[in-house]
Amino acid sequence: MRVSLVLDGHDETLDVAPGDTLLDALRAGGHTSVKNGCANGDCGACAVLVDGRAAASCLLFAAQAEGREVTTVEGLAGAHQPYHPLQQTMLDAGGVQCGFCIPAMILTAADLLARNPDPTREEITAYLSGNLCRCTGYVKQIEAVEMAAAIMKEGGVDG
Amino acid sequence: MADKFAVVGNSLHRVDGRALVTGKPVFVDDLPKRTGLLHIFLLTSPHAHARITSIDTSRAEEVPGVALILDHRNTPDRRYTTAGQGYPEPSPYDARMFDTKLRWVGDRVAAVAADSPVTAERAARLIEVGYEVLEPVLSIDEAIAARAPVIHDEEDCLDVWDAAHNIAAHVVATSGDVNQGFAESDAVVEVTTETQYGQHAPLEPHVVSTYLDENERLVIVSSTQVPFHVRRIIGMLLDVPIHRIRVIKPRIGGGFGVKQEVLIEDLPALVTLRTGRPAQLTYTREQEFTSSRTRHPMRIRVKLGAKADGLLHALEMDVLSNTGAYGAHSLTVLSNVGSKTLPLYNKAPHIRFYGDAVYTNLPVAGAYRGYGATQGYFALETAVDRLAAELGMDPLQWRMRNHIHEGESSPIFVALGEGREGVEQTITSCALDECIRQGAERIGWAERRGRRERHGSWVHGLGMSIHMQGSGIPVIDMGSATIKMNDDGSFNLAVGATDLGTGSDTILAQIAAEVLTVPLEKIVVTSSDTDTTPFDVGAYASSTTYVSGMAVQRAADEVRSQILEVATEMLGADRSSLKMEDERVIGPGDESVRLDQVALRALYAQDQRQIAATSSFTPELSPPPFLAAFCEVAVDEDTGQVVVVRFVSAVDCGTPVNPKLAEGQVEGAIANGIGYALFEEMIFDDRGRLRTPDYARYKIPGPQDLPRLETILVESYEPTGPMGAKSVSEIGINAPIPAIANAIHDATGLWLTKTPFTAERVWRALQSR
Repeated sequence: MRVSLVLDGHDETLDVAPGDTLLDALRAGGHTSVKNGCANGDCGACAVLVDGRAAASCLLFAAQAEGREVTTVEGLAGAHQPYHPLQQTMLDAGGVQCGFCIPAMILTAADLLARNPDPTREEITAYLSGNLCRCTGYVKQIEAVEMAAAIMKEGGVDG
Repeated sequence: MADKFAVVGNSLHRVDGRALVTGKPVFVDDLPKRTGLLHIFLLTSPHAHARITSIDTSRAEEVPGVALILDHRNTPDRRYTTAGQGYPEPSPYDARMFDTKLRWVGDRVAAVAADSPVTAERAARLIEVGYEVLEPVLSIDEAIAARAPVIHDEEDCLDVWDAAHNIAAHVVATSGDVNQGFAESDAVVEVTTETQYGQHAPLEPHVVSTYLDENERLVIVSSTQVPFHVRRIIGMLLDVPIHRIRVIKPRIGGGFGVKQEVLIEDLPALVTLRTGRPAQLTYTREQEFTSSRTRHPMRIRVKLGAKADGLLHALEMDVLSNTGAYGAHSLTVLSNVGSKTLPLYNKAPHIRFYGDAVYTNLPVAGAYRGYGATQGYFALETAVDRLAAELGMDPLQWRMRNHIHEGESSPIFVALGEGREGVEQTITSCALDECIRQGAERIGWAERRGRRERHGSWVHGLGMSIHMQGSGIPVIDMGSATIKMNDDGSFNLAVGATDLGTGSDTILAQIAAEVLTVPLEKIVVTSSDTDTTPFDVGAYASSTTYVSGMAVQRAADEVRSQILEVATEMLGADRSSLKMEDERVIGPGDESVRLDQVALRALYAQDQRQIAATSSFTPELSPPPFLAAFCEVAVDEDTGQVVVVRFVSAVDCGTPVNPKLAEGQVEGAIANGIGYALFEEMIFDDRGRLRTPDYARYKIPGPQDLPRLETILVESYEPTGPMGAKSVSEIGINAPIPAIANAIHDATGLWLTKTPFTAERVWRALQSR
């Protein structure tokens, strides 16, 4: 079966089997920034934005993306070319180690900043609580979100 | 010290950073799939201890799309070890690719290669296996009991210490006479601690992809920490000459030791060799828990004796380590329990270390960040607090008085190495006093310890612990680097060293850039490809910064000297009068040539040659990084819940080559250690089946489970290291258990001896107070 959606700003049609998850479909379609860490909804590494909200793509059927706008980290920069502020601050803060959890971490944080441009540290921590990272201890990733919030507020850009 | 460097000592962005934050296809499973790819499904044992009496694959073979089925009947029968160690591996040869005897729930029974993952799994379910179920051995006590079932009763295993008694490895080291030492001591304490099964749980599970290249050589693309060991061990196991194998490690999604194992490369490799088709095996998260590697659970008894003035006089450590079904890393992890802990307190003239690693029918233990030191420090550093209490001393002051210092040695350095005798070593850099001072000040040790501040049912306490680790394995590890110069004055740096997310590609490039006086972007790094990069043992034993870093520095020094040679001809000046600065060679009268001019001359103009060098480094020493940890906990006396409120780590890793990356190593290790101290636990049922095979039941810390970890880098200068650096990746993981245990004691008066410190365990202890 075919699923039509807006993927990273482009109209796209994915060829999927009825039982395929959105994670399976995106990876099979070459969108490998979406990571499979557990396929069980526990680790958050597969998060994408569905109509702007972070969602675990391993818990969605591909068919559920029909007509939706799906964003991966590959298409996140959008108006912020070449990099979204979170992509920049994640490096500035030293929040990247192995990088496997990073695309989903950045997308979840982008979702947060779009709805709450000035989050407290507690709000950031709570919003990222579904994104596991085994390398960092989260200190620098949370800092990266704070830094990006400051940049985006200053620049008057929205998430 | 760092201000004397231009590139080293700066928190530059990772060289692979842009690719990672934009989600480029850089991990094994992201790479384009080859035509005709076979997917492998692994059928594993449902029994903890059993023999295969029959196996019938005929129905599975008939499934359309199935290309090959592997089991014990059609695979090599030689014994080997999966431990990704140097040659000869100091681990028993007790494993087979597929055996007729199964030794844990998760052991290999058969593998099916088919056109699609679904077909492979469906076919595997059609394999009919007959089992003779044997009595399982499910704990250390059961393993060493009289008449215990023998787990490795095969005739052909090699280098097992005492297979008939389930003992995989045995270690003894002594200095002086501990009995005399305890008799002469004024205060003696004894502690027995127990640690649980834990898993590395990297976000990326094991994944290996194989194919034959255009010359029909076997290419193995693996999420491994040890590409060169993979090449050697797979070559030996599958009878393929080394020159017919290429191993490539792309970016990998974390390792922490679990990928220092040749765990699954053999399966896709053999499928590709037999069928000629590309193959891939990707572990599921469940398999990553059930059929991978773990931390060795241990029971450790530590006895300390001190004179009335507090000076340590006798030190004894007895270790029982559970290596699980196979002995990979059993000997070396056991050795490290002592060799990475006992030298820290070098004042005691009487020391004895004794250890056994025993087989059980539980998951196989392996290399895990800390490598035994984590378990050893729980016993040692909680015993130290008890001894200080016995002596009426502040445990901080006791540690200041007894820890090793610069210029000092320990007899343990010689008596106990890694699986064999060690090497003599004098500490050449140690800022531990300063770490203790700064950490204590940050947490408010003097003002807040022993106060038992109370907020409702929550009571607060402070604890500390101190640690050392090492920087590589002396006289064994080897790293090497090749640097060549390009037309534009840039350089290619090729290293066998393996970046598993640590940032080693970046810090090795920083070291090269420093010597060659170029900005980081002028160093183009290639790493971990056995065809194109020189040998390196890989990423383990905290070796990369120190060992591989020295190799890079040497290669860069040699290239620099070749550059000066060409510049001498160009400037007509005496070689000794030249200096290099900001991508230029400058003569005595300030006349200068740019590096690109040097390169153009060398490549095209005069006496043409490639400016390039390859250098290696094998360390004589293993200079330890040091760490002082301070933590504040809150204990809910109603529920037993323990919350880490603050965790301060003051660490001496010599020169931090990239401070943010060094802090990241410490923070990540502390986070992993806090998880292991408080809640991470693999739990088994009474038949040895894992009840916690996912992240929902094997909980690793999320952002809300941790305080804002505080890291202080206390600089020292290691004279034998690259730009003064020591390694830093493992040490942090040793701190949380003892620091938290000591803080819980400060809050409640309880001495906890068994991890994890779950609410239930703490509550029960509180009830019996």
